[in-house]
Amino acid sequence: MDLTVGPNQFFWKADAWAQLYETLAAEPVDRVVLGELVCSKRAPFYQARIPEAIETLLAAGKEVALTSLALVTLKRERKMTAELAEMGVAVEVNDLTALAHLPEGAPFWVGPLVNVYNEGTLAWLAARGARRVCLPPELTLDSVRVLTAAARDLGVAIEVWGHGRVPLAISGRCYHARLHGRTKDNCQFACEDDPDGLDVRTMDDQPFLAMNGVQTLSHTHASAAHQYGALVEAGVTALRLSPQTGDFAALCRAWRARIDGALDGAGLAAKLEAQAPGVRLSDGFLTGARGVDWSGGRPAA
Amino acid sequence: MTPPTSTIATFPAPLTLPLRVLPLAPLSLSMTALTRSIARRHPGLFRRLGPYADRRFILDPTDLPVVIALEPRAGAPRLSVLRGRGEGDARIAGPLAALIGLVHGAYDGDALFFSRDLVIEGDTEAALALRNAVDDAELDLAREVETLSGPLARPLRRLIDLAERRTGAPLSRPDNGLYDDAGEMSQRTEMPQW
Amino acid sequence: MEIVCPAGTPASLRAAVKAGAHTIYCGFADETNARNFPGLNFDRAEMRDGIAFAHARGAKVLVAINTFPRAGGEATWHAAIADAEAAGADAVILADLGLLDRAARHHPGLRRHLSVQAAAANADMINLYADTFGVKRVVLPRVLSVPEIAAINAETQVETEVFVFGGLCVMAEGRCSLSSYATGKSPNMNGVCSPASHVEYVEENGTLDARLGGYTIHRAARGEPAPYPTLCKGCFGAGEKTGHLFEDPVSLNAEQLIPQLEKAGVTALKIEGRQRSSSYVAQVVRNFRAAVDAVAAGRPLPAGMLARLSEGQAGTTGAYRKTWR
Repeated sequence: MDLTVGPNQFFWKADAWAQLYETLAAEPVDRVVLGELVCSKRAPFYQARIPEAIETLLAAGKEVALTSLALVTLKRERKMTAELAEMGVAVEVNDLTALAHLPEGAPFWVGPLVNVYNEGTLAWLAARGARRVCLPPELTLDSVRVLTAAARDLGVAIEVWGHGRVPLAISGRCYHARLHGRTKDNCQFACEDDPDGLDVRTMDDQPFLAMNGVQTLSHTHASAAHQYGALVEAGVTALRLSPQTGDFAALCRAWRARIDGALDGAGLAAKLEAQAPGVRLSDGFLTGARGVDWSGGRPAA
Repeated sequence: MTPPTSTIATFPAPLTLPLRVLPLAPLSLSMTALTRSIARRHPGLFRRLGPYADRRFILDPTDLPVVIALEPRAGAPRLSVLRGRGEGDARIAGPLAALIGLVHGAYDGDALFFSRDLVIEGDTEAALALRNAVDDAELDLAREVETLSGPLARPLRRLIDLAERRTGAPLSRPDNGLYDDAGEMSQRTEMPQW
Repeated sequence: MEIVCPAGTPASLRAAVKAGAHTIYCGFADETNARNFPGLNFDRAEMRDGIAFAHARGAKVLVAINTFPRAGGEATWHAAIADAEAAGADAVILADLGLLDRAARHHPGLRRHLSVQAAAANADMINLYADTFGVKRVVLPRVLSVPEIAAINAETQVETEVFVFGGLCVMAEGRCSLSSYATGKSPNMNGVCSPASHVEYVEENGTLDARLGGYTIHRAARGEPAPYPTLCKGCFGAGEKTGHLFEDPVSLNAEQLIPQLEKAGVTALKIEGRQRSSSYVAQVVRNFRAAVDAVAAGRPLPAGMLARLSEGQAGTTGAYRKTWR
């Protein structure tokens, strides 16, 4: 089982951003997807650092891809998306706009924000040049099994969401800006203050979601700790870890220990909880009644 | 067509006296007969309920001292008029005029619900299924009662007359121009060219 | 301009046609369409009869097969496409890449529209769907302003259809898992959002809590309107603020923008609301038919009459005005 680090979903200061990739070069992960996923307005703050990050990671033997934006509407965003193909590394498509700009038949990766729910879509993407597909986090373990079996015949590697706040929705509206009484065009980068997203609570003051500019995430951190065995058995070949603040390198190492057999599901879950006090884990999309549920290692009802 | 909240009439309290004291069994029998007649004439109504046809619905006219328990029972429906709250899987409560207006398409269920003229409790999904099935059946209660003959029909007619006079509730489908040919022809459409 | 009107039941279809709808959209009573609500939608015979009714009166019928097929269960969706064609549908509305590919190869004579669920928000992506699958019309996601829609129309031959009235998704449609996170049921997989089966209203001490999946996302005082607890329109707290952080419980009403949308090159105006009653549908359709007829004849728009048909609350023009973002 490989470990893939997904694109940082949040808006970090450029130094913190670059530091993440410098650190990852030395960590036991196999591949890294970087670039701006959520909001095109963030990119100028760190895009000059991208080539160096790519070089560092490649020199460390990692596979590297650049992500497309999750939602492309503006002219500038279409241009950004078109230019991805010219950067010399693989492109991870997270909005089909990127596909329109890739040369026909050129290999590409598919990210979790493309709706790959079934064999027909998988086959079409494979024929078009998809080599790796990270499935939408919403899928059940049963769907993962069917798709992994189909992918084997198509020569496509299947990746599943392994750890991190789940991207649940993307919008044209910026909620951070709205919260601060600003429009998106004059957002003053309010999301920068919340490098793991801003807690969204219910009327009973329960933590529920996390706000991240135009994106909405789960408050829980999804973790496949307990489904690891079933995912291996299904033929999943990579798990995706989504960057967060705190000791992300330690999180990667804990997952590597799970893969190497040094930790079991409960051991990994305990470690993740110890590393980030107050974190709530979930694995309900894979095996529960609903996404927010946490099995705690108990078999699905 | 969807009036503001305040215009939904409530049943005048003194007139509800008979429902407080008289035995309800004859009324239940009459209304079961009516419901069975509707089921025969509109089989699609109960088919549309699908998996919710085995639920027990409590229809609660909040301005009357009784509730109506509806059990669709796969097209062999039973209707009972009860005092008290009644027990069921789903409760739809609102002024009689609102409930009847809903049946006749005079009100939109969502709109009544948002204005809280209508309150749904229990199995919301079943209540929604019932509302959608009733909406599709395009019932006209006055006409349904007319088709009913025999001794069971008489108390219903009396009740309908009374309700209509005292609340102004729409007891027939409103003539909104959609149901006559003239209205239809006037809006005849050129098929889009694509 | 063409008005495209919702029908959740055969009664609504007939009402919409009689009220002047040019085109009706509807779906089969199963998980293949994005309004898979209890008691709604069409069985095969109803679809055939409904299409015949519409055709006899000069209206077209589009069949929405716009959820994403379940892995291992695609046959249900494939059958829906074949049955829509057999019933005489004028087009199918699809979102899934695999289904579009299937329809293009197996049903080349059946016109294909791209659902809003595909979230095709720029000309590059729309043209990709047109070139690859022969898509003739795209329903634009509700994230675009009028000038952006005009720019898209300038760069594509594909007809555009835009929402003008009814419920408003604030998230890009087809890209939202909020509902399955809280309830296990999602628009993409099950054709439902914030499903009634997971809704609870709890009245206590004169306040009414609306809960979805056990989460209290609205609290109304006595006498206040009680919106349905749709996740993105719920009330939440973040930072120091509490309120409708994503969207107010408003509904879309772009009636007044019809002339601008026409200038922007829009082909069709879509009305949301397959879950609303037939009388509601008839009323909204009449209004919009009168409005597009007035615009076509160069007359001023009739005064807006639809606010009170909205969710008991104010209307919004949504993303069509840029400040919404």
